[in-house]
Amino acid sequence: MLAFRTAMTAFRRAPLLSALSVTTIAFSLFAFGLFGLVALNIKNALQRVEERVEIRAFVAEKTPVESIAVAADEIANYPQVLKVDIVTQSQALERARTELGEFRDVFESEFLPASMDIKLKPGFRDPASVKTVAANIRNFAFVDDVRFGEEWITQLYRLRNIAGVVGAALGLAFAVVAIIIIGATIRMAVLARSKEISIMRLVGATDGFIRRPFLIEGSIKGVLGGMLALVLTYLAMRTLEQYLHFETVFFDRRLALLGIVFGALMGLMGSAVSVGRHLRRI
Amino acid sequence: MIRFVNVTKNYPRAAGATALRDVSFRLGKGEFAFLTGPSGAGKSTILKLLYMSERPTYGEVRVSGYSSTKVKQREIAELRRRLGIVFQDFQLLEDRTAEANVAFALEVIGTPRASIPGKVARALTQVGLASKATALPRELSGGEQQRVAFARALVNDPFVLIADEPTGNLDERATRGIFQLLREINASGTAVIMATHDLALVRSTDYRCIELNHGAIVFDSADAPRVEVEMD
Repeated sequence: MLAFRTAMTAFRRAPLLSALSVTTIAFSLFAFGLFGLVALNIKNALQRVEERVEIRAFVAEKTPVESIAVAADEIANYPQVLKVDIVTQSQALERARTELGEFRDVFESEFLPASMDIKLKPGFRDPASVKTVAANIRNFAFVDDVRFGEEWITQLYRLRNIAGVVGAALGLAFAVVAIIIIGATIRMAVLARSKEISIMRLVGATDGFIRRPFLIEGSIKGVLGGMLALVLTYLAMRTLEQYLHFETVFFDRRLALLGIVFGALMGLMGSAVSVGRHLRRI
Repeated sequence: MIRFVNVTKNYPRAAGATALRDVSFRLGKGEFAFLTGPSGAGKSTILKLLYMSERPTYGEVRVSGYSSTKVKQREIAELRRRLGIVFQDFQLLEDRTAEANVAFALEVIGTPRASIPGKVARALTQVGLASKATALPRELSGGEQQRVAFARALVNDPFVLIADEPTGNLDERATRGIFQLLREINASGTAVIMATHDLALVRSTDYRCIELNHGAIVFDSADAPRVEVEMD
């Protein structure tokens, strides 16, 4: 309780330095947050594209619908498969007319083959899983051909992997920069009170007692900085949406909370390191 | 109560690497002793070893049962609660009043809040500054600021007062006032060990004088020029 009161007093005694610390933490986390937002939206966009990954198995002419239904049930039970839709010849024609409207008049008879459209579960849309499922489907005698856009899926996954690696590296770099800046800011706050710390030590305060208010202060600054960064990130996203006219996704509650916890941890760790170093020196 | 046994202190990275050489002496309960000698003689090092801000390279320092060879960081904090320390530059917090500076020494060791104002008032009265309790350090003279530092050092009823050049920044009149205060503190039973350059001050009293030069004791008024002096 005393440590909390001391931390609050420190805010009151040096409002400018405290505000500066919170703002610095906020802007460091804001840069990290903006990066996170871009990464999140790229991930979402790739996920939407990924959802379109499907296998189309074309069925030989005159295959009884019952046989196709039995096969579809069997395929639906594969662990990788989300759902199987049977597309009859007439449905295939209708779809072609819808999708290729300019050729509507050309499509007169049911010349397109029936098919099974197989959607895969998330986590099984990578090239290897798709190939495995496609190979199994090829084993059905009445299946004429299996298409799944092999090259497209391979390219998509390559892009996803590159985005993942670049994202992780950039994220790490942003996080490190944020940690360094936050650490330096908190160190400034600790140095500003170095005389107080020296006196505390001389009159017999324990290191734990000296540390506690700084840790509380650092955590509070981190939480405030994290919250401010969240607001700034949200405002930046809204502004971008307004001018660039595209829809973006913001952090959900869990991620937002994680951001604030990250801020608090940065504040806590920055303080712990700075005070610890200072205590070792005096 | 305080005992230095063959204490040597080296600072490997400093130019004058050896700050103290084979120093031994004792300081008894309620005793008053001056530490004198030129700059760099080792006066401040002795005081730092006393409040265990430094540890000896060789030898042992014993203060009220705490030994420099065994003491843990937490025990050093406990020891310091029983010491009073004052410096030449007062070491006051500029943004706090005289009474807040004194109260600070009680707050940080977890003294119950209710008992703090009474103890602070008593300490300020003891140093003759009761009327300036709400003044900030910048509103006080050098002598008065040093009195606040003394009040802070005394508020926990120390058994020894360690003073590192407490009159170094003061004019002659303020010096006399501070020295009179030190006499009173000592008369009330608190031991005093004071580092000073002021030989006139030392000669004006019959208190014990330990003179240092190049890190060694060259004279101890308690027992002619000898390295180890028994004072209990």
